[in-house]
Amino acid sequence: MNGTSTTDSLPLLEIKDLRTYFFLEKGTVRAVDGVNLSLQRKTTLGLVGESGCGKSITAMSIMRLIQEPPGKIVSGEILLRSRTFGQVLDLAKLDRHSQTMRAIRGGEIAMVFQEPMTSLNPLYTIGDQIAEAVQLHQKVSKKEALERALEMLVKVQIAMPKQRLREYPHQLSGGMRQRVMIAMALSCNPSILIADEPTTALDVTVQAQILDLMRQLQEDIDSSIIMITHNLGVVSQMAHFVAVMYLGKVVEYGTTNDIFHRSLHPYTVGLLNSVPVLGRKGKKVLVPIEGIVPSPMNIPPGCPFASRCPKVMPKCREVNPELQEKESGHWVSCWLYE
Amino acid sequence: MTISSFSDPILEVKNLKMYFPIRGGFFQTIKGYVKAVDGISFSVRENEVLGLVGESGCGKTTAGRTILRLYDPTDGEIWFRKKDGERVEISKYTQKQMMPLRREMRMIFQDPFSSLNPRRTVKEIIGEPLIIHNIARGRELEDRVAYLMTAVGLDPAYMDRYPHEFSGGQRQRIGIARTLSLSPRLIVADEPVSALDVSIQAQVLNLLQNLKEDLGLTLIFVAHDLSVVEHISDRIAVMYVGKIVELSETENVLYHPLHPYTEALVSAIPPADPDIKMHRIPLQGDVPSPANPPKGCVFHPRCRYARDICSQQEPTLREVEPGHFASCHFAGELSLRGIGGE
Ligand SMILES: Nc1ncnc2c1ncn2[C@@H]1O[C@H](COP(=O)(O)OP(=O)(O)OP(=O)(O)O)[C@@H](O)[C@H]1O
Ligand SMILES: Nc1ncnc2c1ncn2[C@@H]1O[C@H](COP(=O)(O)OP(=O)(O)OP(=O)(O)O)[C@@H](O)[C@H]1O
Ligand code: SF4
Ligand code: SF4
Ligand SMILES: [Mg+2]
Ligand SMILES: [Mg+2]
Repeated sequence: MNGTSTTDSLPLLEIKDLRTYFFLEKGTVRAVDGVNLSLQRKTTLGLVGESGCGKSITAMSIMRLIQEPPGKIVSGEILLRSRTFGQVLDLAKLDRHSQTMRAIRGGEIAMVFQEPMTSLNPLYTIGDQIAEAVQLHQKVSKKEALERALEMLVKVQIAMPKQRLREYPHQLSGGMRQRVMIAMALSCNPSILIADEPTTALDVTVQAQILDLMRQLQEDIDSSIIMITHNLGVVSQMAHFVAVMYLGKVVEYGTTNDIFHRSLHPYTVGLLNSVPVLGRKGKKVLVPIEGIVPSPMNIPPGCPFASRCPKVMPKCREVNPELQEKESGHWVSCWLYE
Repeated sequence: MTISSFSDPILEVKNLKMYFPIRGGFFQTIKGYVKAVDGISFSVRENEVLGLVGESGCGKTTAGRTILRLYDPTDGEIWFRKKDGERVEISKYTQKQMMPLRREMRMIFQDPFSSLNPRRTVKEIIGEPLIIHNIARGRELEDRVAYLMTAVGLDPAYMDRYPHEFSGGQRQRIGIARTLSLSPRLIVADEPVSALDVSIQAQVLNLLQNLKEDLGLTLIFVAHDLSVVEHISDRIAVMYVGKIVELSETENVLYHPLHPYTEALVSAIPPADPDIKMHRIPLQGDVPSPANPPKGCVFHPRCRYARDICSQQEPTLREVEPGHFASCHFAGELSLRGIGGE
C-alpha cells in the first residue's frame, strides 16, 4: 500500500450502540436496538441475518435516510473518519438535511439498493441519471458529468456503453440495471459503498458477474464495502469480516473464517447448520432453528435469542449479554462465554 | 403399500411444448410465440425427487403447470400412471376429465403469503379440497385436518386461526397440508422454500423429505437455488431457454456435468464456506428471449466451446452415458468441470 498514514489502522467507520426506533400508534418498533460495528479501510464487511433483523435500517441510519417521524435514531454514535472534512464526524448527531450530511450521503458514503428498478427513475435516461448524481457532488458541467457517466459505464463493464447512456431503465436487463446502480454509486468515489442485497433479485450467473465486478472495483478505487445479504454463500466469498445480526443487535462479529469455522454464538451456529452447502450432500442433516423471531415491537428482556436458543440458561432471560471480545477480533454476545 | 413396479415411471413427458401467443397491433393479432417450454422429454420414477433447475424465465414454472394441465399444451404427450396402474395420456384431457386425476397430482406454490385465502381459517383452507371432492365433512373433516396438521408439524389446536397469525414457514406448511389433503402421488413444488428465511427453509425441506419417505410421494421440485436442489433431489434436470439441456443423477449433474451450460451454472454458485474458492466460468451476454431463441444450439451465442455446427444444427437430448442425458454436439468429448473440480 502506498501513502499510508498513521490513521490507517483506525476504523473508517465505527458504530457504537446504535438504536433506531419507529414510533407507531400501536407501539414502538425497536428495529435497530444496540448495534456495534466497525469497518476497516479497504475491507468488505458482511452484514447477515434473517429477514427483519435490522440490516437495512442499520444501513439507512448510516445514510441518515430514516424518515423522521415515525423513525428516529434514539441513541448511539456513527463515527465516520471523514475524508472531506478531515475529522471524525458523528453522523448520528448531524441534522439529516444539513449541508454536511448531504455532502457525505452519496459522496463519501454511497448505497446500492436491492431492487434497481425502484431506485432508477423510469422517465430519465441512464446517462442523465448518472450525470445528475455526479453534479450533485462535484462542480462540473453537464458535458463533463456525462463524460464521467460514460467512464463509469465502461468501468462497470456494460456492453455498448455509449448507446446505453441514451437508453431508459426498462430497456436494460436486471443485471445491467444493477451495474448502472453501482456505476452511479461509485461515480463520486465514495470511501464507503453500502450494498443492500445487491444480487438477491438476480440469477446466479448474473450474481457472480456482479460480485466479480464489485471485488475488482474495490481493488481499483480503494473503497470499503458493507455488504448486506442473507445469502451465506455470497458473504463467505465476498467479506473479510462478518457481523451477524439478530433482532436489532449484532450478536457476533469476527473475520469471515471466525464466523464460518469457529462460530461461537448459538444463533450463528444455528444459521450455519440450517443451510445446505453445495457439494456436501449426504454429509449434512439440516437442523432448523426452532420457533420464530419475536416481534421487534415486543422484544423480551434478556438475550434476544433466548426464546429459540438450545443452550438457554435462566439468566439469559433476565439480562442481555454484552458484545465482548472473546478472542482477538472475535466478538460475541452470549452468556456461555462470560 | 407395495411398490410393485419401481422402475415404471409415474410420469413420462414426451416432446412437450407450451407456447404463449404474443399479440399486438390494432386487431390484437398473433405476432409470434413465447416458446416457454420447447420440446422437453423426461420421465419421473415413483418415489423420487426430480429437481428442475435453471435461471429465471427458462420455463420451469410453465413446465410444472403444463404437466399438471393448468395449461393446454401446444404439443407433446404427458403420460401419467394412475394409482390403479393404468397409464393415461392427459395432454388433451378436458378439465372435466382431469378432475378425478387432480386428487393424484397436485402443486405447491412459491409464495406462502399470497397463496392462502386470508379470510379463511386454517381448517377451511386445508379441508376445502376434501369438501370439493366430496371426501369428508363435519367431524370426519376435522379429524382429517388435525391429522394433516400434525403431519406437517403444526398444532391442530390452531385450526380455527387465520393465515396472518402464522409465520412464513408455518404458512408454507399450511399450503403443504392442503396439497396433501387428497393423498396425492405426484406433487409439483414450485420454489416452495424460495420466499423463506434459511432457518425456516430447513424446516420445510426436512418436512418434504420426510413426507417423501413416509408417504412414498413423488416430487418435481422446481428451484433456482442449486444447493437446495442438491440437498433434496435424486435426479436433476437443467433447463435453458425452454429446453432440458442435461438430466441425470444429482451427483452426475453437479460433479461431472456434460453440458457447457451446466458447467457455467454450477461454477457461479458461491459455496457457504470461505475455504472453498470459486472458479467461475464467465458467460458472455444475456439469456436469449424465448420469443426469439437462437438457431442451432440455444446456448451457442454464449458457449465457449461452440463450433460452426452449433449455430446450424440443434443438438438433441441423448443418453451420453448410462442414465446421463445431455443435449450438446460434443457432450462426452469436452472435459468439463463440476463442483470442486479444477
Ligand atoms: N418504516 C418503518 N416503520 C415501521 N417499522 C419498520 C419500518 N421499516 C422497517 N421496520 C421494521 O424494522 C425491522 C427491521 O427492518 P429491516 O428492513 O432493517 O430488516 P432487514 O434485516 O433489512 O430485513 P430483510 O432481510 O427482510 O430486508 C423490521 O421488523 C421492520 O418491520
Ligand atoms: N402466461 C404467460 N403468458 C405469456 N408468457 C408467459 C406466461 N407465463 C410465462 N411466460 C413466459 O414464459 C417464459 C418462461 O416463464 P416461466 O415462468 O416458466 O419461467 P421460470 O423458469 O419459472 O422462471 P422464474 O425462475 O423466474 O420463476 C418467460 O419468458 C415468461 O415471460
Ligand atoms: S445468552 Fe443464553 S440464550 Fe442467548 S445465545 Fe447465549 S446461551 Fe443462548
Ligand atoms: S452444442 Fe455447441 S454451443 Fe451447444 S453447448 Fe454444445 S458445444 Fe456449446
Ligand atoms: Mg433489508
Ligand atoms: Mg418460476
